[in-house]
Amino acid sequence: MTTTDTDVQSSSNGPASTGPANTGSASTGSASTGQRSEVRLRASQLRLGYGDRLIVDGLDLDVVSGTVTAVIGPNGCGKSTLLRALGRLLAPRGGSVLLDGERIDKMSTRQVARILGVLPQTPQAPEGLTVADLVARGRHPHQTWYRQWSSADETIVADALRMTGMLELADRPVDELSGGQRQRAWLSMALAQGTDLLLLDEPTTYLDLAHQVDVLDLVRQLHAEAGRTVVMVLHDLNLAARYAEQLVAMRDGHIVTQGPPDEVLTEDMLREVFGLEARIVPDPVSGGPLVVPIGAHFR
Amino acid sequence: MTPSKSPTAPPGAPPARTTRVAGRPALRLGPASWVLRVRALLVPVLGLALLVLLMAVNIGRGDFPISVGSVLDVLLGGGSRRDQFIVLDLRLPRSLTGALVGAALGLSGAIVQSIARNPLASPDVLGITWGASAGAVTVVVLGGSAGGISGLASSLGVPLAALAGGLIAGLAVYLLSWRRGIEGHRMVLVGIAISTLAVNLTNWLLTLGDVNDAARAMVWLTGSLNGRGWEHVQPVAIALALLVPATLFGAHALGALRFGEDTARGLGVRVNTARALLVLFAVLLAAVATAGAGPIGFVALATPQIALRLSGVGQPPLIASAVLGAALTVGADLVARTAFGAVELPVGVLTASLGAPYLMFLLVRGRRKVRA
Repeated sequence: MTTTDTDVQSSSNGPASTGPANTGSASTGSASTGQRSEVRLRASQLRLGYGDRLIVDGLDLDVVSGTVTAVIGPNGCGKSTLLRALGRLLAPRGGSVLLDGERIDKMSTRQVARILGVLPQTPQAPEGLTVADLVARGRHPHQTWYRQWSSADETIVADALRMTGMLELADRPVDELSGGQRQRAWLSMALAQGTDLLLLDEPTTYLDLAHQVDVLDLVRQLHAEAGRTVVMVLHDLNLAARYAEQLVAMRDGHIVTQGPPDEVLTEDMLREVFGLEARIVPDPVSGGPLVVPIGAHFR
Repeated sequence: MTPSKSPTAPPGAPPARTTRVAGRPALRLGPASWVLRVRALLVPVLGLALLVLLMAVNIGRGDFPISVGSVLDVLLGGGSRRDQFIVLDLRLPRSLTGALVGAALGLSGAIVQSIARNPLASPDVLGITWGASAGAVTVVVLGGSAGGISGLASSLGVPLAALAGGLIAGLAVYLLSWRRGIEGHRMVLVGIAISTLAVNLTNWLLTLGDVNDAARAMVWLTGSLNGRGWEHVQPVAIALALLVPATLFGAHALGALRFGEDTARGLGVRVNTARALLVLFAVLLAAVATAGAGPIGFVALATPQIALRLSGVGQPPLIASAVLGAALTVGADLVARTAFGAVELPVGVLTASLGAPYLMFLLVRGRRKVRA
């Protein structure tokens, strides 16, 4: 494993890179709503791959506390791979990931699980499992073999279920739920983990538009209510622009540009990153950027 | 059903702030706390009672019949000299070997099925049992002369060879099915291949040996509790005493492992370490069981599924699987010994005949909601 110097990465990417970003010891336990500008996650010269295929090579990224960041990019650009590395699900080939200033690969799996929650893409619930049992599993990193359902656990699980509107469905098997409800159940599990840093890999996959909005509203609410830091991979550019404060546009395993949606979502960027001819118009609802693809038909 | 649009207050939500979660009653004692699953608790308790009863009946039957009451009396320290001799010295070791071997197989099957997330995965299907058989038969056939195998080879060589064979097969399956992680169906396919190889090796060895060795090997290969004494109980008991606590300690991680690798890792489980250790325990349990009584089929495959359905949980429960595995093996031995007149069948013939119909019944009845 190659080690790089863990300090001062000159991330040359746009205005998003937050100035002197002292990593220090961010107070990880409390999810206070105060505006902090510490870097929660920092990727430095990250090299990622599977087998003999290198997918991400030399990537730098800072995730600032209390922000909602959406990673966008075409299929196979390494978005999910990056998210897996940030969540310590994938060991880097080179470079490092710092979680609250500490090298994540030097931390124990359990320690990481108490600080950040990961929701993998299309997670599979065991057959017949109820919502309550699924969400209660989120307490795993806080439990031991003899302490598996404390009153604290129960309160936190009930809160997580209530927050996602799933409390009434707690006794239902997950595989009988609709797609949107199922995604809410999984989000509840990530919430029950009690972390203020959440990594969500395409939380809206396979959902119809109404449910996509529904889930993203929930994500936004989690951010607003408890100041949680969220990094999510999203496919829909307009929803990404609407729900994230920071966009990270990736292509071929590197970051092309990053920053606030109105700076990142440009016609040039869409051409360069997605190979898409499109117009950017003001979103009639939010006033932010709205992507209108042109396509061959109207050229 | 229509999902609620508002994330906080779905229609009909009680305004009161409840801290109870439906379907998860708690059992809390001081700092310890568990989810209280009455059904899942009752299964091993009733299973244990059934096991004791079956053992008592099994011990009582024979050339000198002893009543169940007298057997239990002896087991609790009483009884006549004659009964004590027959029960403790002659018959108990056989039943005890059966119970321990069955428990090891049931536990092993429960672990493997949980890790592979596939009910087909069991030590028999994955070739662990057959690897152990190939090892044992190698010693029986190659190590023995026409008169049978000599003292040391028979008392030590066969079990050790079985243990080694099982470990080699288990290691081969684990390494060959490894590709960026373990997937259940790949593990089953690789296991079937390894298992076929081991069976072929065994058959080839049988053709090499002379008729007497081959006959001895065949009896061993059907799985038999015949002539089991305290010297057979000991190694299995020691192995179980070490492996059962180790396994139960890993049970908490096992619960997270069935959510898939990324989710489990995200929940703080060291997936590779936990899984490798648990598989090692399962292989050791199956190999020890096979070394003790030959490849008794079906117990490891069926009892975890039976235990799972009786308990109404989503994953093979470890303790219940072990207890029911013991009960099924002793019950099969009882029938094998007594139901066919003078002919004593090897127990392995009966385990499948007893377990299969019951498993089918449970499968047909279907399953609804399960508990974690």
